[in-house]
Amino acid sequence: MVDSSVVLAGQTLAYTFYCSVIILLMIWFGVKVTSEGKSTKVSPRVFYSFVVFLAVIGVSLHMVTFNTIPWVSIDVNMKKIVADRTFEITVEDHEFKLPSEKLKCQINEVVKFSVTSNDLTYGFGLFREDNSMVMQMQVVPGHKNDLLWKFSKPGVYTIRSTEYSGPKGAAMIVKDAVEVVETL
Amino acid sequence: MSFVQTLISGEQKLFKPDSLTQMQKITLRFVVIGLIYYGFAVIEGMLMRVYQVEPIAAIPSYQYFAILTAHPLVGIFGSTYSIVFGAFLFLVPFLMKKPIWSIKMANWTCIFIGVGTFVFWSAGFISHYSPLYTLYWPLPADFSQFSAVGGAFFITGIALVMVGTVLFVINIFKTITYTPEGWEKQPSGKLIKSALGIDGFTNMFAKKQKEHLVSLPVAAIARGTVDVALNAGIILFTGVLILVYMVGAILGFDLKETAVDALLYKNWFWWGLDLIADGLVLIFVAGTWYLLATLITGKQLFMQNIARAALLVELVVSWTVWSHHLLSDQAQPAILKIVSGELVTAFELITQGLAFFITLATLWSARPLKMTNPLKFLLGGLLGFALAVPAGIMQADIGLNRILHNTQWIIGPHVHVAILVGLTMTLYSAIYLLFPILTNGAKLYSQKLSNIHFWAHLIGGIGMGAFMGMAGLKGMLRRTIYFDGEFNLYMILAALCGSLLLISFLVFFYNIVMSVGLNGVLGIFTGAKVKNKDLVPAEN
Repeated sequence: MVDSSVVLAGQTLAYTFYCSVIILLMIWFGVKVTSEGKSTKVSPRVFYSFVVFLAVIGVSLHMVTFNTIPWVSIDVNMKKIVADRTFEITVEDHEFKLPSEKLKCQINEVVKFSVTSNDLTYGFGLFREDNSMVMQMQVVPGHKNDLLWKFSKPGVYTIRSTEYSGPKGAAMIVKDAVEVVETL
Repeated sequence: MSFVQTLISGEQKLFKPDSLTQMQKITLRFVVIGLIYYGFAVIEGMLMRVYQVEPIAAIPSYQYFAILTAHPLVGIFGSTYSIVFGAFLFLVPFLMKKPIWSIKMANWTCIFIGVGTFVFWSAGFISHYSPLYTLYWPLPADFSQFSAVGGAFFITGIALVMVGTVLFVINIFKTITYTPEGWEKQPSGKLIKSALGIDGFTNMFAKKQKEHLVSLPVAAIARGTVDVALNAGIILFTGVLILVYMVGAILGFDLKETAVDALLYKNWFWWGLDLIADGLVLIFVAGTWYLLATLITGKQLFMQNIARAALLVELVVSWTVWSHHLLSDQAQPAILKIVSGELVTAFELITQGLAFFITLATLWSARPLKMTNPLKFLLGGLLGFALAVPAGIMQADIGLNRILHNTQWIIGPHVHVAILVGLTMTLYSAIYLLFPILTNGAKLYSQKLSNIHFWAHLIGGIGMGAFMGMAGLKGMLRRTIYFDGEFNLYMILAALCGSLLLISFLVFFYNIVMSVGLNGVLGIFTGAKVKNKDLVPAEN
């Protein structure tokens, strides 16, 4: 499975390009609309073409991500997929309770993180050593909070709560809790 | 005139509070209160920006989260609601060419919002009640972390704001439909149909076009007000629910928190909150753009029927998009994530894109225009939404949400750019445009200061959002504290941009105070000499 950092790099590139274009467009518009020139009406044809363009962009974004980001189909079809390994994690009183000190798994196997909250709404996120995020989910009390994930490369990851649960929540960090290896 | 004379009496002594009508005074009060609360929000924001670089020893973490809780609420309710409600209570009668239905009710709206905001802000400041604006169940009723008494005051403050909001809603719809004394009977049913955009929709398919009884900006205000009303209902209901738990705790009863399903509550509450974020903000902003474009150009709006219909579509869309906030909730049904969270949300790209295009096309039809303050701030507002809406559409995607949810990306390029650049610059445009009308021709103290206000706000707002976004893409979360300077490079740059926003606000505030004078500011809060319902003095 493609690493989430690759997806983020693509998004950064696409959004930066879009921002540059729209900022330049607005500068151009500001200059032109105040410069000497004939006032002209915009053709309705241009307007309707713009509407179609927006509709295509809006829908195609989700089609593209569905077909290129691997965890989307895993997420949508979660009930049909059998995990190779499951980690049952409990959260209570602002503390993660792990089944073992280190959660070990291997690359390319389907790992299920099954997190249960016994009191508040929390978050569950995995982070790389440089603090960048691998993935996250919300942990809602009274409900199943399962996330399936396939790691593409070995590494050690930190668990951190990604949702605010009161001031104590900022300290909900378990350093180097997940270790992914080539083979177990 | 000397500096002191100008400070006391305003630029060239042109502003005379005694000449103001009751409606002008009420509107100006709303604006002043809104700007003061905007100042609160900017200072709080700046404190938090510094805290993200290096936690401030004098502010313990529980106080930081109390600030984080109050900040968006003060910004939205205390500032934006005040300015928007004040402007619309003036503009609806102004555009309908009839008196407001109730001046007394407009005054009470101002009082409830001003006092309510102060109550919840001070309750949070003193008691550190900090469940954030999201109030994810059962956090607001977790009395092992928060004081029930402090929380009860906090929720009461929010409830007061909502009462003021309900009064605003009543006043707007009554003003559109009522028949003033001595007037011919007004067709209230037809006026409502026109205001809700039903005529605009049927006109798109009818051979014979029906005449619109209300102007497009009034129609936009009416539709946004529907979302305001629904949102007030949701917040009031939720507030009462939380209050029941608080009163129980104060009286010594421990009501079972599990009686409320956390996911159902989250759906319910986000449905209501999105009526602000995706409903009234986008609809009100589109309506304000249309009004500003027509007033700046003196021309008819481009594609008027489409614009009216798009506002109706936006209203329906705003009722069905809430699930994009729950894309990371694994128990949320997949169908809701795809249909409501992704597909319907993508409609906002279309409706807001249409408003963007229609406004630019209307401005284009009147070129060459002079680069006045209203025009330049309007262009800034348009750019803000052009940057922020696509950022929101990206995070409303199941794949991207998995790696963006609750990061600084959400709150930076999407929320802060939308609110600070998009919404606030649109409001500044309206303030600059309405300033001479509301003050009976007072003169702005300094155009140079207005230019500084514009550039500092634009660069500060976009820059802060951009650096927060970069930190978010690197994994930095919102709603937490980093103690070891993990993202210091981005946070220092974001804080520098934040300080530009603070400077821009101070420059603007100083410019306005010097324009009307301290006596003028005080004069706004005294009773009007003329006790009638005129919007502007008869001789004007």
